Amino acid sequence: MNKQVAIIGAGIAGLEAASILDSMGFKVTLVEKAEHTGGHIQNWHQLFPDRRNATEVAQGIISKPLANVSTEFNREVTSIQPFAEKFIISAKDGWVFNADAVLITTGFELFDAKRKEEYGYGIYDHVITSAELETLFKKENGVTLRIGRTPSRIGLVHCVGSRDEKIGNIFCSKVCCVTAVKQAIELKELYPECEIYCLYMDLRMSGRHYEELYKQAQEEYSIQFIRGRLSEAAEDKSGKIIVKVEDTLLGRPLKMTMDMLVLMTGMVASAQTASICSSAGIQKDSDGFFKASDPHLYGNITGIPGIFLAGTCSGPKTISDTLSDARSAALAVQSYLSAEANN
Amino acid sequence: MNEKKLAFGYTVSKDRQIDFDEASLELYNKVCAAEPSIRLCISCGTCAATCSAAKFSDFSLRKLILQVRRGITKGLQAEVSKCMLCGKCQLACPRGVSTRALIMQINMNLQKTGK
Amino acid sequence: MTFDLFVIPFFGGLIFLLVVLFIKYSRWIALIDRSGRRKIGYGLFSLQIFPATWEVFLESLLHRRMWKQNKLLGYMHMSFAFGWLLLILLGNLESRIYSGGHLNPPYYPIFLKFFVHDKRVLPFELNTLPGFFRFIMDFVLLYILSGLVLAFFKRIHSRWFGMKNTSRHNRFDQWAITCLWLIFPLRLLAESLTASIYGGGGFLTNSVGDTLAMILPAAVTPGMAYVAWWAYSSALGIFFITLPWSRYMHIPTEVVMIYLKHFGVKSGKHLNSFSEIEMRACPKCGVCIDVCQMKDAGAVGSTPAYFVRSLRMKEGNSLLNNNCMLCGRCKEVCPVQIDLLDLRIASRNLENQSIDKPFSYLPADVPDSKGINVLYFAGCMGHLTPSVKKAMVSIMDAANVKYKFLDQDGSVCCGRPLMMAGMFEAARSLMEKNRQAIHASGARILVTSCPICYKIFNEEYKLFGVEVLHHSQYLLRLVEAGSLWINHSGLSVVYHDPCELGRGSEVYKEPRKLLKRVAKLIPIEQERENALCCGGSIGDLALNQDQRNIIRDAALDVLLEPKPDFLVTACPLCKKTFSSAGTAKVIDIAELVAQQLEKADNLIEETVEESIL
Repeated sequence: MNKQVAIIGAGIAGLEAASILDSMGFKVTLVEKAEHTGGHIQNWHQLFPDRRNATEVAQGIISKPLANVSTEFNREVTSIQPFAEKFIISAKDGWVFNADAVLITTGFELFDAKRKEEYGYGIYDHVITSAELETLFKKENGVTLRIGRTPSRIGLVHCVGSRDEKIGNIFCSKVCCVTAVKQAIELKELYPECEIYCLYMDLRMSGRHYEELYKQAQEEYSIQFIRGRLSEAAEDKSGKIIVKVEDTLLGRPLKMTMDMLVLMTGMVASAQTASICSSAGIQKDSDGFFKASDPHLYGNITGIPGIFLAGTCSGPKTISDTLSDARSAALAVQSYLSAEANN
Repeated sequence: MNEKKLAFGYTVSKDRQIDFDEASLELYNKVCAAEPSIRLCISCGTCAATCSAAKFSDFSLRKLILQVRRGITKGLQAEVSKCMLCGKCQLACPRGVSTRALIMQINMNLQKTGK
Repeated sequence: MTFDLFVIPFFGGLIFLLVVLFIKYSRWIALIDRSGRRKIGYGLFSLQIFPATWEVFLESLLHRRMWKQNKLLGYMHMSFAFGWLLLILLGNLESRIYSGGHLNPPYYPIFLKFFVHDKRVLPFELNTLPGFFRFIMDFVLLYILSGLVLAFFKRIHSRWFGMKNTSRHNRFDQWAITCLWLIFPLRLLAESLTASIYGGGGFLTNSVGDTLAMILPAAVTPGMAYVAWWAYSSALGIFFITLPWSRYMHIPTEVVMIYLKHFGVKSGKHLNSFSEIEMRACPKCGVCIDVCQMKDAGAVGSTPAYFVRSLRMKEGNSLLNNNCMLCGRCKEVCPVQIDLLDLRIASRNLENQSIDKPFSYLPADVPDSKGINVLYFAGCMGHLTPSVKKAMVSIMDAANVKYKFLDQDGSVCCGRPLMMAGMFEAARSLMEKNRQAIHASGARILVTSCPICYKIFNEEYKLFGVEVLHHSQYLLRLVEAGSLWINHSGLSVVYHDPCELGRGSEVYKEPRKLLKRVAKLIPIEQERENALCCGGSIGDLALNQDQRNIIRDAALDVLLEPKPDFLVTACPLCKKTFSSAGTAKVIDIAELVAQQLEKADNLIEETVEESIL
């Protein structure tokens, strides 16, 4: 009899792992809380650093053949309970399912920018998040709608909800710096006359070709980078946004009026992480994400044999890192289930 | 600027150079012992950006912290006296530095040494 | 025979105590400034003496505030204080029966049963005067011993007394408490043994004596009785000698403090001679430790009882001075009513007063703005909660208020944080700057969103002709005057009293009245005077971020327990602090009003449309 694998979350990690486990001959059930598969990637316009069309990449993952895979939509999993070599998975709506192994691919949630009240999101009209900007690029192919006219100065604020002790997230979300550079370029392409400023603490261009994108932003797009973290934003009578930062490299306070402010919101652990951890008896890390039993040697394995992790549920990752992680998780699941079958 | 010492090769004007061989980190060590959160500062400048005193003066807590860290105590007393202790920086600091406690410690230690 | 060697420890101790107390009090009172001394001079011959004496009776003897705190605690303290006084007074009267004179040595009534053996008296023979006294003296002794039993259980299980914490003792305290606990059992033992030999005991001493006589060989009882009298006298003597340096110094000092307070003597902003008296009036009962949130953060040593002790022992240090949120919870419950906040600030002042802050960079010119009625001051923290600013602006616009936003581009700090740090001179130069700007505006009302600013504007600025209001008060006034139309939201809310607005300024009523017009207010146990501090306090100059988070989370647990739709506060600092946890929906009272304002507008539009149709 084929072993049953449940994959919690049909984002790119879940889909990638599903297709591999499927090809290995396992029975796979994808459990998705939304009405469709794909997760966040469905909202992105272009991907860094090569500005690849996000829909193409999503299609590439979604269109992989899934012979023995069934998908449950609108099922938000709240608990995974180990029971007699099996796992009982329960969703919010009362749906219950049994599996021989579980792969958690619940991904991340975007930081709620309203929690950073001093930045004015949800208070001032012209403060938006990087995710909203992405949607605007994708749907409207422009941001004029939001402002009502062509913007002449836009600021991108790095590290919103990341590296911030005051909202309880000390970690770096890894993808926002390069996303900001990518979005700055896209904005500049839309509005060649517009001045674009990135307000950053540190520029973490750690991935391959990121630094090149940064250089390109300076060289070809004249994006300006100001090393200073935004303390607070205010709104003037015309609805423009006044920002105050310290130009730390010059050692002087800097005031700037912007037509629009884009907040680079970071990743946070998804809401159901805590309840899944407590029901399954697996560990939550200090940053709120799932904890692998050994992040070096067994990054996909939890403290409970049979429950595995892949993708951003175990910390911020890029799309390519997420996909690699999903593939390695599929191998870990396979080696667990075949060892079980031999016993 | 010391213009008299015209020398060839690599020289840096004494006034400009932070001479770590000569610098005394006594103040930093004392402040650090009493308020260890000074070590957490990443010089992001949020404190200086939000600072109530910075609207009217050139006060920058970020700079002040760096000066203490580098053992530069000259003029520090006048600098630290500009702080209104309003506490905005403490709310804004992304690293959870206890900025007001830090200011008090710098104040107190400077008082003691009479610098 | 009216003397025996064993009275020497008691008598010597008593004289020593009186001399020490006389020296200490006369020195402190002599050091009180001239106006204070004049107040004492007037007070002694004024009618104030009566309410003061009444308070001494209520508090020092009956321990009324202790009773309010917890009945067992009240009974225990009352049995010691009032019982002991009765023992002394009644003992004196009883001794007169036998001596007939008025000039008995002070030890005579205390050790009466050693000197006088009235064999005529039988237990429960109440119709004769000696019999009556014998009965009542035994009864009072029993009363005190019952309190002692409670004290013993309190050491074992303080929770029965409504206390989670009791204070630790220093060496003098240990000597004093050991003696205090021994005094009354030893008196019982001495009187009982004596009664067993000579008869003449009351219902208690007689029966205890009889019991002892059954157990002990007759030959040893006289010797044992004599030893017990020595021990009783020695316990009293050692207690008296250690008293001035132990927590029990509070017994005489509280009396002195109550009188001085009634005469109008205060410690105020500086540590002075009256503060010395206040410090010693602290019994270290530990009631303040129970309510102090610093212990949540693992800083029990900073709680008021220990702070006062170290101040008294001259062991104060800057960490102790600085590590207090000045939330005022301790001051609310202190049975002795010591102004713990003033003491803390005054000791900070002693350390920080020399720190120079000239603020010479502040601009000399004052903004000119005639023709306005209301001045709005968001405060430093208010700039980090733009939704509060925006709400206030939209409300004042809706109510057609002629106002000016004084610190729209950034504030000159109100000076309260410097005041709290004991830097009064520095605070005054900031206050002067703001005072000029406020007066120059010509406004009659100053509205602020920040309770920290509100407190100092109200108490220290002396803004003649300008009324200072917190926005919760001002918004209520607008609503009650019919200048604002607001709807009930149907939301259920818990209101958090900000320290500086609630306990600090006693503004409890207006925010609640306003809230009830827009939401369903859920009452909770820890509100008003008992409200918790959010942990963000600018009163503290030493807590680290982790400790603050612990205090915040513990407070949130209490506030969110009734599961409200929103946690409402009226302070930008409380709002920022609570919302940083990410576990609660926190909203300022002004935001809630502004939201309901918009709905009121819609309602009007809808009704207009309906009427057109």
